[in-house]
Amino acid sequence: MPHDTAMGTSVQGTKKMNVNFRQALRSPLVLPLVGLIVVSVLMGFASENFFSVSKILNVLRQVSINGILAVGMTFVILTGGIDLSVGAVMAFSGTVCAGLIVNMGMPGSVGLAGGLLVGLGLGVFNGILVAWGRMPAIIVTLATMGIARGLGLIYSGGYPISGLPSWIAWFGIGRIGIIPVPVIAMFLIYGLAWVLLERTAFGRHVYSIGGNETAARLSGVKTQRIKLAIYTISGMTSAFAAVILTGRLMSGQPNAGVGFELDAIAAVVMGGTSIAGGRGLIFGTLIGAVLLGILNNGLNLVGINPYLQDVIKGFIILLAIYIGRGERR
Amino acid sequence: MLEMNRIRKSFGKVEVLHGVDLEVRAGEVHALLGENGAGKSTLMKVLCGIISASEGTIRINGEERSFANYDEAIAAGVGIVFQEFSLIPYLSAVENMFLARELTNKFGLLNRKAMRRRAHEILQQLDVDLPLNAPISSLSIAEQQFVEIAKALSLDARILVLDEPTATLTPNEVEHLFKVLRELRRKGVAIIFISHHLEEIFQICDRITVLRDGEYISTCNVSDVDNDRLVEMMVGRRIEQSFPTKPDLPNETELVLEIDEIQLKRTDPVSSFYLRKGEILGFSGLVGSGRTETALAMLGAHPHAKRSMKLNGKEVNFAEPADALVAGIGLLPESRKEQGLITSFSILRNISINNYGKYRKGRYFIDLTKELTCTVEAMEQVGVKAGGPHDRLDTLSGGNQQKVVVARWLNHDMKILIFDEPTRGIDVGAKAEIYLLMRKLTELGCSIIMISSELPEIIGMSDRVCVFRGGGVVATVEGEDITSEKIMTYSTTGKLENAA
Repeated sequence: MPHDTAMGTSVQGTKKMNVNFRQALRSPLVLPLVGLIVVSVLMGFASENFFSVSKILNVLRQVSINGILAVGMTFVILTGGIDLSVGAVMAFSGTVCAGLIVNMGMPGSVGLAGGLLVGLGLGVFNGILVAWGRMPAIIVTLATMGIARGLGLIYSGGYPISGLPSWIAWFGIGRIGIIPVPVIAMFLIYGLAWVLLERTAFGRHVYSIGGNETAARLSGVKTQRIKLAIYTISGMTSAFAAVILTGRLMSGQPNAGVGFELDAIAAVVMGGTSIAGGRGLIFGTLIGAVLLGILNNGLNLVGINPYLQDVIKGFIILLAIYIGRGERR
Repeated sequence: MLEMNRIRKSFGKVEVLHGVDLEVRAGEVHALLGENGAGKSTLMKVLCGIISASEGTIRINGEERSFANYDEAIAAGVGIVFQEFSLIPYLSAVENMFLARELTNKFGLLNRKAMRRRAHEILQQLDVDLPLNAPISSLSIAEQQFVEIAKALSLDARILVLDEPTATLTPNEVEHLFKVLRELRRKGVAIIFISHHLEEIFQICDRITVLRDGEYISTCNVSDVDNDRLVEMMVGRRIEQSFPTKPDLPNETELVLEIDEIQLKRTDPVSSFYLRKGEILGFSGLVGSGRTETALAMLGAHPHAKRSMKLNGKEVNFAEPADALVAGIGLLPESRKEQGLITSFSILRNISINNYGKYRKGRYFIDLTKELTCTVEAMEQVGVKAGGPHDRLDTLSGGNQQKVVVARWLNHDMKILIFDEPTRGIDVGAKAEIYLLMRKLTELGCSIIMISSELPEIIGMSDRVCVFRGGGVVATVEGEDITSEKIMTYSTTGKLENAA
């Protein structure tokens, strides 16, 4: 043996508490959490009953669509990619869903399935072009954004498709107990994403591609398949968000979701995920999405001009990326 | 010319340079020697203003200087050619040399003629002829290095630092580089030469400064020392690079891998070779002779024109490395940082990157406890020295990083391992450990293909050697025939001149 056993035992023999604590501090969740606490406390001063259950549930309901889009975006960004098409895919998916039900008289289940298929299909489209076509994700998904937006407008003739059966509203504004359905859906999706990322081999492979794609491929990770999968996941989360949006608006809106990709990316980076990939946690994204939601809420509450809000949000995103730029050497 | 006195440098609480002296005269080639981690690079970074010393002084021509950044060091006449070049691949040699200080005409437009002329002059002084307008990426490594040197000279560097300049050069290119260095020496440039190849030190250097563990050991004339003495100063004790004994493999040992034919490009020679159970097959040859490419093509990680191979007698065809992995073939790539490891991840994540089959729960889930115990076990097995499995890879030394790659494959019960330059950038002590580890693997029934540019390593470790030249295998030697003369002759001429 090329080593003595003393070395082996030193591997395990570290003080556990100490290590755990240091690791916790280095977790990418620390900064987003600090941000969330700071913003929440500020909000607490600005609005008297901010910490009431109904207020909190309201904020969560507001962030649910962006929160769900950001799940797919997290997978994509963890591999070092990006998906600009999420907002447009969501809009197209929603119009197809509404169109199938209203214009073609299909049963609701077919409409929902059609909407989900749109998300799935466009996700696969992105994935194939990025993984096998070896094209940069930013360009591929930018093109898909245009294609999806255009298709949505063509399909709907440019007008919202309304006249949906009333049960669709349940997805957008329904409640189970006191908890809004979109919030439950969001938490379910986050839970699923956590299991995928933290407890499956697939998740490890996603991280490893973002960390060093060449190393991952040479050690036997099927990088192309994984990439296909993550863009497909992103397409699917867009379609899930579309269901909630359709339920909330009770119509298929071809113009919905403009600029949503920006909010989703913001949630991911504010949640501490490295834009270069390989580093980040799914619950960071949840914190990022909530943080963004509270900010939106708060800026409204304080009565700041909505145009100025965009400017402020832009700077906050820059700040988040600046802080999270990491210890790159 | 240059005097660095009592240089100390600490990173946080750890002091890495404990008062180092370095004195270099004009018109000499001064070797800076030491094992990995001895502090050579840190010292050079201090010299170039990339990091600042905690204590100590730097004098150039007797004048005390301190550089806040690299630009100030350049202005003072210090030039450095890093191990990894800092050239822009798509720009030409001229554009690279004048990057960020382009010559312009009175309209503020680029004065391309003047830059070209100047570049030509400098290269001519070096007696180097290379295409000035072709993109850097189309030049050979040696040519790129000359561009780097020319760039430093175009900045009027009087002190030139070369960090392991010969690591990736062929013998001919090294000869050319030395010619250039001698020319520079004649012109009075002070050259600091960092290399792990001791024979090169004796060829080109005038004086030597040895560092060990951040301590200054001594400075002496090359003519006053010999190889053994230098090694002793570097490691503090006499180490003979010893190789474990080779096993006696009977002739009828079963073949695990048969490459009936493999051809990289249509214009390359077609090679065939085989690998026996429990043997180490060396891939020797000059850099660029197709050793690595052939190995990668076997796994489906590099394009090939023709390929037919059998694994354990059965026809196989790998489309991507993942297929080879399933079949039990693992690769330890040449460049650990770029191809082997994810340096920002923990040891655990790096070892388990492809091992999930072993500790799967259900079909897709990972058994975290098992993952941890397996990792710790694998770390112990190969002797990774680290605080724990959660340490980040970039906190480990080169030798330990290499062991992590080995552990990854061990954990996977691989049958065939391909080591590409297994000891590059690893110090003498850790090398011996890697060698022992490789032998231990073959005793366990693994077969190894070892690609190496170091002849002693090829000779000391291989049971048989495939010699590459021009994209394919030109000869396979075994037993007594594994000598440096034979291998060098094959790799430079492609055939053995029969004694006439």
